[in-house]
Amino acid sequence: MLYFSKLRILFITLFSLLFVLIASSNLFKFDDSFFDKKINLGLDLQGGSYLLLEIDNAPVIEQKLQNLTTSIRNYFKEKDIKINNIKIENQNIYFNVLEKNKQTIIDTFTDENSDINPYYPRFKSHQLEIEDTGINFKLNFSRQGLIVLKTSSQDQAIEIVRRRIDEVGTNEPNILKRGNNRILVELPGLDDPMRVKSLLGKTANLTFRFVTNDDNDRFGVEKLKFEDGIDEATVSKRIIISGDNLLDAQPKMDTQTNQTIVSFSLDRVGAKRFGKATSTGIGKQLAIVLDGKIISAPVVRDTIASGSGQISGGFTFQTATDLALLLRSGALPAPLNIIEERTVGPDLGQDSINAGMIALAIGFLLVIIFMFVKYRVFGLITNVTLIINLFILLGILTLFEATLTLPGIAGIILTVGMAVDANVLIFERIKEELRDENNNIVAFDSGYTKSRTAIIDANITTLLAAVILFFMGSGPVKGFSVTLGVGIFTTLFSVYFIARLFTSLYVSKNRDKEKLI
Amino acid sequence: MIAFNKYYNHFNIVSSLLIIVSLVLLIFKGLNFGIDFKGGTLIELRSTDTKINVSSLRDKFSQMDLGDVSVKKFGNDTDYLIKFENKDNKKNIIEEIKNNLDKSFGNNFNFRRVENVGPKVSSELLKSGVIAISLSLAAMLFYIWIRFEWQFSLGAILALFHDVIVTLGVFSLFSLEINLSIIAAVLTIVGYSMNDTVVIFDRVRENLRKYSDIKIFELTNISINETLSRTIITSATTLLALLAIYFFGGEILKGFSLAMILGVIFGTYSSIYIANTVLVRLRVSQKTVLREDSEK
Repeated sequence: MLYFSKLRILFITLFSLLFVLIASSNLFKFDDSFFDKKINLGLDLQGGSYLLLEIDNAPVIEQKLQNLTTSIRNYFKEKDIKINNIKIENQNIYFNVLEKNKQTIIDTFTDENSDINPYYPRFKSHQLEIEDTGINFKLNFSRQGLIVLKTSSQDQAIEIVRRRIDEVGTNEPNILKRGNNRILVELPGLDDPMRVKSLLGKTANLTFRFVTNDDNDRFGVEKLKFEDGIDEATVSKRIIISGDNLLDAQPKMDTQTNQTIVSFSLDRVGAKRFGKATSTGIGKQLAIVLDGKIISAPVVRDTIASGSGQISGGFTFQTATDLALLLRSGALPAPLNIIEERTVGPDLGQDSINAGMIALAIGFLLVIIFMFVKYRVFGLITNVTLIINLFILLGILTLFEATLTLPGIAGIILTVGMAVDANVLIFERIKEELRDENNNIVAFDSGYTKSRTAIIDANITTLLAAVILFFMGSGPVKGFSVTLGVGIFTTLFSVYFIARLFTSLYVSKNRDKEKLI
Repeated sequence: MIAFNKYYNHFNIVSSLLIIVSLVLLIFKGLNFGIDFKGGTLIELRSTDTKINVSSLRDKFSQMDLGDVSVKKFGNDTDYLIKFENKDNKKNIIEEIKNNLDKSFGNNFNFRRVENVGPKVSSELLKSGVIAISLSLAAMLFYIWIRFEWQFSLGAILALFHDVIVTLGVFSLFSLEINLSIIAAVLTIVGYSMNDTVVIFDRVRENLRKYSDIKIFELTNISINETLSRTIITSATTLLALLAIYFFGGEILKGFSLAMILGVIFGTYSSIYIANTVLVRLRVSQKTVLREDSEK
């Protein structure tokens, strides 16, 4: 166990130096891209926001079912089958048909080439499931149908979220899908998390609709509140133009009224519709509705054919900027709820870094002093090994650009405390061996050999805990499992290669001394 | 040589009592779950105005209609930790609080940390925490089962349960907060306790092969003594590192390091007084290990 070939010594030295160099790239700038890597600081250390958003798919499902009732009615009308009593309840569609048509209905919905009920061959499932309850037919989304729907609304939502966050201009945001109805947003170094939260919390569904007093409006009417939450107006359900028709939106200062406004321009279809509506609707009030609330309802004075217009509504410059941003980035397919938020201010992050580093330095110092007092020369060997171990650990974290969190720093400190264990096991074993053995070399050799199983056992148990934590833990705690787990490997390496190398050099020089350890 | 075995029975009684008390506490008093597992909102504030004190802040917050709200000092004199349930999950609650505080105290607060965990997420986090701990216990069980004879496995697992239950018992007794990092601490305790037990067991097994005429009662004592200096040194260095985190690592790591410190102390104790007594009570002898060897 004590013999090292020259080549091996060279290899160990080079390997250690390499990691010392990589670890030091956190402090210096290297031109080479391989060395110019840095450990990422977690949000708890550099400050920033972690937001977990959940997509509320209920309105989407409701809307889809609403559309389905219409298409089902039309589809079977062509086949001379009349659909009766169609209604939506608890995300199910119910309807009746005459007894003689029942089989046709079932066949249509279970046909693999059905036009109205798409079939997913990969999952052997239709989008919709049909059931004859005896009284009527019940139609609902199949498991797979729901997944497809959720995935598609997640895809759309993540795109919009990305656009909105890009517009705010934070550095290196991290936007990821979680499951099929969640989006994870990590925003490092954010000044104003509240603004982003309010931007992400808005669906930004914009419509232009006429205010009407005619309750018999062909499209139906609804009562909507103004932004102030007090005034109300009856608005037609007919949509003149929607947010989809917008090409651009910008905050502007209206020079005549000295008000902040949002000016917008429309695409061709939108411009045409807007022109037509404004020409026929002169004198009427046109309500600008955002997420079910009326921003303003100006009276149409002129035909607007240019395809551009403006929204006023007592905006401050900030609210106008945000509204323009929301309109530019488009509407979310469904409302988003922030179900988890963790925000750390930059100064707390810096305080945590300082505290972590002080704790690391003190913990390190205490362990080093303890080991030196206890083992003298071999304590010194352990300590030098410990320092190199720390560099290799930091080097590996740097190489993989791992994320260091506050619990991660705790993991490093804990590694320092536990890393000496392997050396202690070895040294104590050697002491025991030396009681019956006069030859230093033999005693050291068998000390290393006999302690090996205990060391491996001990490290595997800790590694198991770290691996489970890595897969089950979240956020900062995950950082702890990373440093703890990587620390085990670096410890084993440094104990069996570096410490053993030093030990072998020392022992072979002092082989005739008594009571070496 | 220290006669650890003289006190096997005494400490078995002590441990049994500790476990019973801990279980009673856990069942009747329960754990003080933080917002990670209970849901709710946490705010860490720093005031720049020294005239603001905790009672005036508490008054202000109780007027804000937040439900059950707790306001505590956090670390130094100017830092406060505010927690409330946020039952209705109001979207702009932080903004409202900020405006409210600015109105009464002037713009003197720095929101250093805001955490808001919805009820759905907190129940998921609790579930995955429980799964993580159960999984790690199962993994240890499996490892020790393939590594040792069943008597040893039983001893190690009992020691492990003892450490986890008693540590949680202490957290229950003092109403210390259980959050995500405590789960990490408990998992590390599981690893550490196992580590400590395995080292002694390795020696017990080695000695069983070596000496056929020493009874297990004596033999465990010899093994404990032989590994004692290692046990003490490793516990000492680990505790030194943990104490450094506890005293200098900042408020956020306090609970985490405390749980680990308790775990290391209980883990060291249980390796000696629980794991080994199980071997004695199960009358492990040279035959136990030799039979296994011949099977292998």
